[in-house]
Amino acid sequence: MSINPAWYLSLSVVLFAIGALGVLVRRNVLIMFMCVELMLNASNLAFVSFARQLHDIGGQVLVFFVLVVAAAEVVVGLGIVVAIFRRRASTNADDLHLMKG
Amino acid sequence: MLHLSFLIILLPLVGFGVLLAAGRRLGDPAAGIVGTCFVGASFIVSVGVYIALLGVHAPVRHYGQNLWTWIPVDRLQVHAALYVDPLSMTMVLFITGISTLIHLYSIGYMKGDKDFPKFFLYMNLFVASMLILVLGSNLLVTFVGWEGVGTCSYWLVSFWFTRDSAASAGKKAFVYNRIGDVGFLLAIFLVYDKVHSLDYQVVFAHIGEIGSGNITAICLLLLVGVMGKSAQIPLFPWLADAMEGPTPVSALIHAATMVTAGVYLLCRVNPLLHASPDAALTIAIVGAATAFVAATIACAQQDIKKVLAYSTVSQLGYMFLAIGCGAYTAAIFLMVAHAFFKGLLFLGAGSVIHGLHDEQDLKRMGNLRAYLPITFITFAIGWLCIAAVPPLSGFWAKGDVLDNTWAAHPALWVVGIVTAALTAYYMSRLTGLAFFGKDRWSESTGEAPALDAAHAHHADGALAEPHESPWIMTVPLWILSFFAAVAGVMAISGSRFSLANWVDPVFGASLYHDNLSSTAVWVLAIVDAVVAIAFVGIGLWLWSQRSERPALEGAFLRGAWYINELYDTVFGRPSERLAAFCADVVDPKIIDGAVNGVAGAFRGSGTVLRRTQTGYVRNYVLGITFGTVVVLGFMLTRMWWG
Repeated sequence: MSINPAWYLSLSVVLFAIGALGVLVRRNVLIMFMCVELMLNASNLAFVSFARQLHDIGGQVLVFFVLVVAAAEVVVGLGIVVAIFRRRASTNADDLHLMKG
Repeated sequence: MLHLSFLIILLPLVGFGVLLAAGRRLGDPAAGIVGTCFVGASFIVSVGVYIALLGVHAPVRHYGQNLWTWIPVDRLQVHAALYVDPLSMTMVLFITGISTLIHLYSIGYMKGDKDFPKFFLYMNLFVASMLILVLGSNLLVTFVGWEGVGTCSYWLVSFWFTRDSAASAGKKAFVYNRIGDVGFLLAIFLVYDKVHSLDYQVVFAHIGEIGSGNITAICLLLLVGVMGKSAQIPLFPWLADAMEGPTPVSALIHAATMVTAGVYLLCRVNPLLHASPDAALTIAIVGAATAFVAATIACAQQDIKKVLAYSTVSQLGYMFLAIGCGAYTAAIFLMVAHAFFKGLLFLGAGSVIHGLHDEQDLKRMGNLRAYLPITFITFAIGWLCIAAVPPLSGFWAKGDVLDNTWAAHPALWVVGIVTAALTAYYMSRLTGLAFFGKDRWSESTGEAPALDAAHAHHADGALAEPHESPWIMTVPLWILSFFAAVAGVMAISGSRFSLANWVDPVFGASLYHDNLSSTAVWVLAIVDAVVAIAFVGIGLWLWSQRSERPALEGAFLRGAWYINELYDTVFGRPSERLAAFCADVVDPKIIDGAVNGVAGAFRGSGTVLRRTQTGYVRNYVLGITFGTVVVLGFMLTRMWWG
């Protein structure tokens, strides 16, 4: 017996919503960062389940791309976070509004 | 030898290049000698080409040389090509010959000028441009030369540009010529539109396809062009102002060569004029009017060069009159004779000015024959030539023009003979004032003549005794006076010098044959001679003893019929007002308004929109999320109800 694919998608939606909400409401840069990762992996889950249901390998291929991009993004993003923390000793995103118009 | 025709143009051009590269280093007088040598070499090549051309059987006496294809665009095929025939050869011979003499003279005249090399630089470029003009085998090559001589004329008129009057005279010459050039360009466009070729010979071969109305339009547009270059009514006032240039420039450009370019062009397109009697009549009337008006102005001028300038305008009017009558040979004859005697007169005037340390006012000369004997003798030959006293060249040339006018348009002949009388009179006035009477130059008038630092070589004492010019200036005077005196031999039909035989292949069927009986010719010749001698006598009698006769120098004539004032009122002032309107209203209100308005609009919208850039990440994320929701919602609604 197999699990209904709707469950996978539901899980994906829930994960994505948690991630988005986290980015929206949290102030800690690290937490926001992790929430972004959560959103990325939620979409990966959706890709995989669609690939399986539609018998299309393309979805799984795309997941690999997302993984690679996410890894690269982590490298750069964490680097930036570390650099900011060194200067300001704070991980509060609201302190970083130098780009205010 | 004919295939070396391109050398005629190339040599002065190389001279220009050499002077451009090394003129400053060569200095005074080496730069002048270099310039003179290149032009002289060009003259020698011209003589060679002339002899070769004489060897060609008369009916096919022409030679085309295609140098390269200049503009190959679809149907517009313009070649950089030369056309050597008796007409262009006549022009080339006297242009290079007189240019050589005037270059030689300039070595003496410009001695000590701080821009000595630059003078010869411009002069060589001028000669090259003038030769391009006359040797070009199509309208566009001619136009290149046409613009080249105009530019050199501008540079040379304002050669002493530190003087305000010289700078503005150069601008004036340039602007008047540009007005004419518009006509020339439009004529070129019209020719191309009708024939799809600009080559003279092709155009003449397809003359039947152009249509008589279009031919008249082309001729009249060309007339506008030549009005500017050859200083005809209404575009003549610039030539008098152009006298601000050094005197050799006046002699070469504004008497002997450049101003005759218009006459050349009209002679070149003689088949077109032949096909359009209306245009020809217009040219004759313009020429007669110019000849008369300029002659009256010349009667009342005080500046020796201004008299000669208006005299040049008047003589050009004669040439136009001849062209209008279809007497192209007469026009060319007068042009060649005029080049000799007017070049001579200008160089003589230059010698006088040089000898008097930059004095140009006739009223402050007098009795110069005692001090400048060579200048006097040569100038007198020029004077009697232009006054048309037999047997000098002027008599034959002007007689030829007047005979043809008598046969074609007797009414214009009356204008012509009155102008001839005026010519004899004003030239005698000039000679009487300058060379006869008392030495007025020694009377102290309380102030020294205004001297300019630009020609400091003359500035050695304002009232020193006049001195004869050095040999380098008098030799050209002798040579020119010889040719001015004997150029009449070209009138002898059947002789080897006969101009009519020589240029016949060019004009052929277009030429007007006056068919006057020999009695009529004799009577006209006697009338010409009597008028000339009588008015030479009257002029000398009136002006050799007294220098002031206010009754004969009305303000109207002294002011040149107030033409300048008229143009100033009709064109100058309204243009100034328009310019002021543009500067005070259009520019600050409309142009600046548009520019500042655009900038203001962006600044205003920016001020509003910058509020959205809070700098908080969460705001941006909210924006992205909201946007995504909207897009998704839109797509869902399309899916369900679309």
